[in-house]
Amino acid sequence: MSTALIMFLVFIIVTLGITYWSARQATGANSFFAAGRRMTAWQNGVAVAGDYMSAASFLGIAGIIAFQGYDGFMYSVGWLVAYLTVLLIVAEPLRNAGKYTMADVLAYRLSPRPVRAMAALSTLTVSTFYMIAQMVGAGALVALLLKDSGITYHTAVIGVGVLMVTYVVFGGMLATTWVQIIKAVLLMAGTVLLSILVLAHFDFSFSKFFDAIGHVTYTENGVQVTKDFLQPGLRFKPPYGALDLISLSLALIFGTAGLPHILVRFYTVPDAKTARISVVWAMALIGSFYIMTTFLGFGAATIVGRDVIAANGGTNMSAPLLAQTLGGEVFFAFVAAIAFATILAVVAGLTISASTSFAHDFYTNVLHHGRERSPGEEVRVARITAFVVGAIAIAIAILLGPTANVAFLVALAFAVAASANLPVIIFSLFWKRFNTTGAVAGLATGLAASILLILIGPSFMKAEAIFPLENPGIVSIPLGFLGAVIGTLLTREPTAEEKFAELLVRANTGLGAEKAGGH
Amino acid sequence: MISSTQWERVAALDEFKALLDAKRKFIVPATIFFLVYYFALPILVGYAPHLMETKVLGVVNLAYVFALSQFFMAWILAAMYLRAAGRFDEMAKDVVDKARR
Repeated sequence: MSTALIMFLVFIIVTLGITYWSARQATGANSFFAAGRRMTAWQNGVAVAGDYMSAASFLGIAGIIAFQGYDGFMYSVGWLVAYLTVLLIVAEPLRNAGKYTMADVLAYRLSPRPVRAMAALSTLTVSTFYMIAQMVGAGALVALLLKDSGITYHTAVIGVGVLMVTYVVFGGMLATTWVQIIKAVLLMAGTVLLSILVLAHFDFSFSKFFDAIGHVTYTENGVQVTKDFLQPGLRFKPPYGALDLISLSLALIFGTAGLPHILVRFYTVPDAKTARISVVWAMALIGSFYIMTTFLGFGAATIVGRDVIAANGGTNMSAPLLAQTLGGEVFFAFVAAIAFATILAVVAGLTISASTSFAHDFYTNVLHHGRERSPGEEVRVARITAFVVGAIAIAIAILLGPTANVAFLVALAFAVAASANLPVIIFSLFWKRFNTTGAVAGLATGLAASILLILIGPSFMKAEAIFPLENPGIVSIPLGFLGAVIGTLLTREPTAEEKFAELLVRANTGLGAEKAGGH
Repeated sequence: MISSTQWERVAALDEFKALLDAKRKFIVPATIFFLVYYFALPILVGYAPHLMETKVLGVVNLAYVFALSQFFMAWILAAMYLRAAGRFDEMAKDVVDKARR
């Protein structure tokens, strides 16, 4: 038994204990979908951080900075600043006017069936892409970290899939929330420790640390080169680098406010004020973490070195290898366990938001006109959906295999969220004239444009790419807005305009908002 | 259940209009500010790389300092919004009280 395996098992046992405890708490739809709306501000804030910071943040950014320096830090900046969009524009109105999903706000004054059907499609698309990226990453990572224990990629993928389904099916939103809280605490603790060790390596002198970053030596095409890693442009190179960077920045800053698994977290608190304070808690944690990616990424570049990382599992192993170099086997095992916990908390969050959307938006509201045919049907359907979602994610992750490049899947998830979801959320809250045709057109245009541009872009077609940018945001986000505007102007919908006053009052005062409870 | 005419009545209250106005006065400039401040970073890094390579703090260049400042900008703006939102809560409470009468 390796130390890493023991730590993995401890985490699994603790989280299964939480799931068992959650299952014995109050039952019912409010409890399953929204943890009874009784989470406190700090609990939800920490859970948002745990839901948000995926393997792409912990392993991905550290890897990009370790290999390409400064440009990787741009992800860190965008992923925090994005929360201003959530805080100022989306979180409070959503909590005041919705029940379980993002689509609740859209369906408020529009014709519910077409809008919910499209919103469910968009939610499932975003969640699926995001989830597959996490699963492939998890499988590859666990297989690499536990290679001495004989655990293969397949076993790891199935294990992660089974665990996430177990949390959601038995423990619902309450168990998912606590898994996310524990993960966030572990992630912060590990990152602070690693940062301190990196600084200690440079005798706690920032000038020594930044001096070293200015001269990183590695082998490129068989030749030794020394580069200044604080210098921008090592990743985003001409001719299209600058445009790609702006396009990425757009998707990061507008995508977060359209991510279904983040938005549903605001339904777990009693009121809009708590939702607001929880965003600020989340920003404190998320911001601190992303600032520390400086130490993780540049630390790996200067202390471990690109060549060693490349020879021992590639970019994603930058942070674990840094831990091994600075803190030995036990610390390496701890960081590996954190990476595992990180992925599990995110995939559980994705599973529950996808299942909620399918059960609440599609099954109940599209197929059955908003009525449950028997008590508890919605929760039952969500539980079954979680199994299906888990099975599909496992199957695709195994089909793709451990070597699949999944970075573009996360980029795609953000692009779809920014191009399809955000325009219609903003218009339904702030534009009186907005209507059903506009919402369906906006969702469809944003969805189609972002997927198409990725398919004909360099991530997918490599050198033969028709569209030169890796990130479609700069084109697909304006198209999403444009689709929503044109669709709206083509038709008139008096009922949608009449209900605007009601939505405005609800969103801004909390009158008639869903109450805490869950009994 | 509140009927649609009652929603209309609340929406027409002076207190409610004042609340929307106060929110708009904070949120619109704040949003424009953070978008401009944020997009200045990728635009400058992409199109004025030599300017961004200027060393400003010992060996640390402008690109990194500007990126780091984004975090503090976000935190400060969030804190400012939290304070302003306390005022919005009071105003919203007035609207609710009046609506209930």
